[in-house]
Amino acid sequence: MQKITLFIDDREVKAPAGRPILWLALENGIYIPNLCAVPGAEDPPAACRLCWVEVEGYPRPVTACTEPARDGLVVRTRSPRVDRLVRAAFELLLSAHRLECSRCPKNRACTLQEIARARRLPLRLVRYRKLARDLPVDNSSPAVRYDPGKCVLCGRCVRACRREGTGILGFARRGYERRVTTFGEVPLARAGCSGCGACALACPVGALTLKTKSV
Amino acid sequence: MRDSNSPLQQKFAALKRRAREAWEALRKGPLVLVGAATCGRAAGALEVLKVLEEEIRKQGLDARVVEVGCMGHCYAEPLVVIAKPGFPSICYGYVTEGIARRLVQDFLGGDDPCLEFALAALEPNELVPAFSDFPRGQVERAVLLEKCGLIDPQDINHYLALGGYGALVKALSLSPEEVVAEIKASGLRGRGGAGFPTGKKWEACRLAPGEEKYVICNADEGDPGAFMDRTILESNPHQVLEGLAIAAYAVGARRGFFYVRAEYPLAVERVKAAVRDARAAGLLGPDILGSGFDFEVEVFQGSGAFVCGEETALIASMEGRPGLPRHRPPYPAEKGLWGRPTVINNVKTLAYVPLIVERGAAWFRGIGTPQSPGTAVFALAGKVVNTGLVEVPMGTTLRQLIFGVGSGVPKGKAFKAVQIGGPSGGCLPVSCLDLPVDFDSLAQAGAMMGSGGMVVLDEDDCMVEVARFFLDFTQKESCGKCTMCRLGTRQMLEILESITRGEGRPEDLELLLELAEDVQAGSLCGLGRTAPNPVLSTLRYFREEYEAHIKERRCPAKMCQALIAYYILPEKCERSCDACVGSCPVEAIFTNEDRLKVIDQQKCVKCNSCMEACPPQYKAVIKLSPPELVRELERKGGAK
Repeated sequence: MQKITLFIDDREVKAPAGRPILWLALENGIYIPNLCAVPGAEDPPAACRLCWVEVEGYPRPVTACTEPARDGLVVRTRSPRVDRLVRAAFELLLSAHRLECSRCPKNRACTLQEIARARRLPLRLVRYRKLARDLPVDNSSPAVRYDPGKCVLCGRCVRACRREGTGILGFARRGYERRVTTFGEVPLARAGCSGCGACALACPVGALTLKTKSV
Repeated sequence: MRDSNSPLQQKFAALKRRAREAWEALRKGPLVLVGAATCGRAAGALEVLKVLEEEIRKQGLDARVVEVGCMGHCYAEPLVVIAKPGFPSICYGYVTEGIARRLVQDFLGGDDPCLEFALAALEPNELVPAFSDFPRGQVERAVLLEKCGLIDPQDINHYLALGGYGALVKALSLSPEEVVAEIKASGLRGRGGAGFPTGKKWEACRLAPGEEKYVICNADEGDPGAFMDRTILESNPHQVLEGLAIAAYAVGARRGFFYVRAEYPLAVERVKAAVRDARAAGLLGPDILGSGFDFEVEVFQGSGAFVCGEETALIASMEGRPGLPRHRPPYPAEKGLWGRPTVINNVKTLAYVPLIVERGAAWFRGIGTPQSPGTAVFALAGKVVNTGLVEVPMGTTLRQLIFGVGSGVPKGKAFKAVQIGGPSGGCLPVSCLDLPVDFDSLAQAGAMMGSGGMVVLDEDDCMVEVARFFLDFTQKESCGKCTMCRLGTRQMLEILESITRGEGRPEDLELLLELAEDVQAGSLCGLGRTAPNPVLSTLRYFREEYEAHIKERRCPAKMCQALIAYYILPEKCERSCDACVGSCPVEAIFTNEDRLKVIDQQKCVKCNSCMEACPPQYKAVIKLSPPELVRELERKGGAK
C-alpha cells in the first residue's frame, strides 16, 4: 500500500493512505479520547463524538475516527474548539452515567477515567443536569453483570458478542431511550448468553463486568 | 438532438394524441372538479363528491365529476370547480352537501352560477373576480403546482394532455451529460431543506464508478405542520415520476424508488397507480418508447421515523437495517443504496426537473433570485387567515407571504413571529418581515428553508414554549446513536422545561446557548446539527421572554401553565350569570358574599374552560402572570 506522510501534533507520521487518523495517533503514542471506535472495523460508528481533532485547512473540527490519512495533512489533537467539544460530549455522557467510581468494579480501568485524566476533566457533573433512567441491573447471567445505567452506548459489546459470543446483544429503542439489550429485552440468561465474557472484556466502562476475575 | 420524426417522437406523439382526445372529450360538456387530496377529504370532500354525483344522476344531467388534487386554498375546503361551457371556470369554497345540491340544481341544471358561494374564478373574466385579481394572486406564482387541482391525478391522460412526459422524451433525445448540464445551468437547489445544488449531486453520481446506480425520491416528509410533498404526490404524481425518470437517465440508473412514509396512504396509492399507468403506457419499464433506456420504479414505505428523511438513515432503512444515519463522506452519490452510487432528491426538487428540461435553464433562472432560482412552496399554517399551500418566487418577502397571501393574523391579534423550516428551522420576529425568502437569507437570519413548513405565531404564543415544543419533537425523534444529539437535545429540553415551569436558573440561558452551539457543531447528522435552531433563534430574537420566565416567573404570552393564574374581574362579572360555574370541571368557582364569582386558586387546574364559557359581552375571566398577581388583586378587592 502507498505510504504517505502526515503530521499529528507536529510529529511526522508515516502511514498507509486512507487509514483513520485516530489509529495513527494512538499507535504513535498520541492520545485522542475515544469510546466507540474498534480497530479494523469497516465503518466507524462515529457515535461517541469524543475523538475531535483540527485538520489544517478545515473550517471546523472533525472526528479522527472518520478522517482518512492523506499526504501532508497537518492534524492537531488540541485546540480551544476541540477541547470544548470533547468537554461537552464527555460531560453529556457523565450526565447519563451512574457515577459511583469507588464502588465500581471498573475503577482505575475505566476509559471515562482515562479521558478525565488525559484532558483534566472533572469526573462529576459541573454544568448539566443528572439524567437518571432507573434501568434495573441485570444479574441473571452467571458470568457477567449488566448495569445499563453505566452504559455509554459505544456498541463495542454488541460487536464482541456477535463475533465471539452468541450474538444476543443489540441496540433497541431510539433517542434517549436507546439501550443495549437482548431481543425482546429479556434478561441475559434467558436470551441465550453463553457466559463467554467477551462483552465485559470489550466494555470500556463499568456497564458490563465479569463476576469472577478467573473467566 | 435527434430529428422530430424519430420512432421515439412518433410513439410519444401517438400517446399524446390519444390523451388529448380524451381530455377534450371531457372538457366538451360541463365538468365538476372536486379537490379530494387528504386536506379536502378531511374537510368532507368525498361526501360532497357523492352528493354531486347523486344529484347529477337524479336530475338526469350530462355533467362529469372528476376527483382532483389540492388547489392550495386549504382554508376554504371542500373546494369545487365548475367549468361549464359559456361560463368561466368558477371555484366554490366551503362547499357543504346543501351547497353541492344547489350548484347542481341551479348552475348545472339552470343557468345561475350561484355566485354567493363562489370563491373566485380560475381565469380573469367579466363575471366573477379571479384569483389573480386578489392581493394573493399578485404574490403567488404557480410553477410547481401549475397542474395541481386541475387534473385527475389518477388519469395519466390528463397529465399527458397538458404536455406531461414531453420533458422525458426531450431528455431521452439528449445525451445524459447534456441533461446534467442543463440542470446545473438552471441553478436548481435541493428543496429538501439544505439547498444543495441538484446538478452537482447528479454529476457526482454520474461520474462515480459503477455499473449499477439508483435514484430515490425522498418523500419522507415529517416536519410538524408541513404537507407540501404529500399534496404534490396526491395531486400530480406523474410530474414527480417524470422527474425521477429524467434523473435516472441523467445519472445512468436503471432502478428508482419512491420512499414514501406509510402515514401518507393516499400518496402511496396515487404513486403506485402512477407507476403502474406510466409503465402500461410504455413510459417506464424496459426500452422506454423504443429509446433503449430501461427504468423500473418501486415504491418503498417508510415506517415513521423522522430521522429516515436523512439520506443515510433512509438508505439504511431501505436496506433492512435500523434507520440510523452514518458519517458522510462517503456521500450517497458515491456510495449509497447497497453501496452503489445513488441520487436522493426531494419530491419538489424532482417535480421541477421536467419543467426545467422542457422550458430551459434560462427560463428557470428568470424566476427567483440569482442564488436561489425558482419558486418556494410553503405550507402556510398557524395563526394566519388563509392557511394552505402557497407557491411564490424565491425572494418574496415574509411580509408579502404572511400578509399578502395569508391575509395576516386572525382575530385582530398582533403578529409575533414566524417559524420556518420546522424542527430544524427557526423563529423570525417582526424585524425580519422584510427579509426575502431564499436559502441564504433565511440561514443568515437563523432559520432555514427546511422542507417548507411555515407556522405563523401571534401574541398569545410563548417563544420559550415554541422552542420547547420543537425540541421535544427532535429529542423524541433523535435516533440516539450519537452522544451530542441523544443527550445534548435531552439536556436542552430539561432546561427549557424547567424554564417553562418557572424553575429556570439565571445561569441556564448561557448554558442553553453553549449546549446549543455544541450540539450544532458536534452531532453526527443533519438532525442533530439543526435541532438547536429553534432554541438559538428564539434566544437571539426573544431573549427578554426567556428572562421574564426566569427572573420574574412571568410568561409574557400567558401560555406557560405554571406561570399563569385565572382571575375573574369583579367589576365585569355579571351577578345573574353562572356560565363559568357550570363549565368548571373541578368546582373551583364559587359565589362570594357579593354574589360575584371567584376562582379558588387551590382547586383550579387552569383548563381554560371558564374563559371560553364567559359570555363575550362580559369578558370577565382573564389570565394573569405571574400567578401571584391574583393575591394582590384579591387584596385590593377585599379592601374596597
